[in-house]
Amino acid sequence: MSSDYRRIVRDGLWDNNVVFAQLVGMCPLMAVTTSGTNGLGMGIASTAVLIAANVLIAAMRGVISDQVRIPVFVLVIATLVTVVDLAMNAWLHDLYKVLGLFIALIVVNCAILGRAEAFASRNGVLPAAVDGLAMGIGFTLALVALGLARELFGAGTLFAKASLLLGPPFAFLETTVLPGYDGMLLMILPPGGFIVLGLMLAARQSWELRQKARATTTAVPAAA
Amino acid sequence: MSDTVQDVKPGFDFGALRARFAYQPVLLGMVALITSGLLAWVAQATQPAIEAAEARDLANSLAQVLPEGYADNDLLRDTLIIDDGGKAVVVHRARKAGEFRAAVFRRAAKGYAGDIHVLMAVAADGQLLGVRSIKHSETPGLGDKIEVEKGDWIHAFAGKSLADPPAAKWAVKKDGGIFDQFAGATITPRAVVKAVKEGLEFYAAQREVIAARPKAEGSGAPVAVGTGPEAEATTDAAAGKGPAGGASPAQVGAASPVKESGS
Repeated sequence: MSSDYRRIVRDGLWDNNVVFAQLVGMCPLMAVTTSGTNGLGMGIASTAVLIAANVLIAAMRGVISDQVRIPVFVLVIATLVTVVDLAMNAWLHDLYKVLGLFIALIVVNCAILGRAEAFASRNGVLPAAVDGLAMGIGFTLALVALGLARELFGAGTLFAKASLLLGPPFAFLETTVLPGYDGMLLMILPPGGFIVLGLMLAARQSWELRQKARATTTAVPAAA
Repeated sequence: MSDTVQDVKPGFDFGALRARFAYQPVLLGMVALITSGLLAWVAQATQPAIEAAEARDLANSLAQVLPEGYADNDLLRDTLIIDDGGKAVVVHRARKAGEFRAAVFRRAAKGYAGDIHVLMAVAADGQLLGVRSIKHSETPGLGDKIEVEKGDWIHAFAGKSLADPPAAKWAVKKDGGIFDQFAGATITPRAVVKAVKEGLEFYAAQREVIAARPKAEGSGAPVAVGTGPEAEATTDAAAGKGPAGGASPAQVGAASPVKESGS
């Protein structure tokens, strides 16, 4: 049982990562990752929706019939996104002004409908919650990594305005790596997002290939 | 994927019920009902906090265009809605000791990517006190220099009026005016200049209405003024919050266009 959970977590974080393996959720990914803070905010909001959607759908899986499952999933997910949207507008208003436009986009993040269909509707509540959490964290990591890379090259800072999202105690996260840097517009614009994502995918691929190669080279002498 | 399937089928013949045709619309209807109920509740629960946050935003931007200590009234409540060619413009009036000193309102003009909204404060004599861009979707790094955080450009408007510079010079340098354009972005500053100029013209045309004393004494009274046929608006900023200072909201409809005493 615990190995099952380990598998779920591994899938979410790396093997079946929403961005780096499934390549879904590109729309919010490109739109918000102009800075690490934005990526983190979007990641947290998406994770909340993922977990809640997974749990609700897993709990309802005995009731939902095959024929209308997709509209039911869409209703549940759209409701949750609207709830997150309203709650952020009310209590995280400054961040909402930055991310507001994109929160509604969580609804079209196919990662969430995808997890509902592929996992939550076939599993118990607990595994579904773990799956939502793992997928959400995996997505958040990708958003933050992409956001930080674009922010560093685009503006020369890291986690700018983090205290808006996490509160004043986290102001220490805000660093200016390159003082007086003029910025590189390309990185902030959508093409920069695609370029950085492409480089990251290539890096992941080459790392995996090298791992595989090492596995075979070490296996051969052992067999000989 | 190693899906841990542990489906517990409910006892009686639920499977058969679930397969029946009538079950589908009932299920969908129930889910829709529950979700909309939840949404209605959340919308209601968050409404006060959202309104407070938006009022705070507005107060912050008002404070940016008005010099400190310029007014002593509550600008959020001393508003006037003026119909300007079919568009309702909310005008906030700044007063000190009851005396009208400035009008603050929003204008918009089409920029490179959608409308650029600016908030501008005009002193009673028609001189600009300050201008800020409050909403736009111009290209980051090029057009967004109109934001006060990204450049000093927007400060160029302070102290200008319709007479200074003369009308022909109310344009970017490329068009023979006095305002700088940005390298690689002319459309954006051109739009802002246009919005501000139109705002000044709007103020000049409506000055008497805006500067008029509220009918009932007490600067808190919201007054709605219509110049168009169907402009009988209640000030949305003040409606529902109740009249301040005991004065009741005075509404002036289209039938009696306001040309009040003393102006």
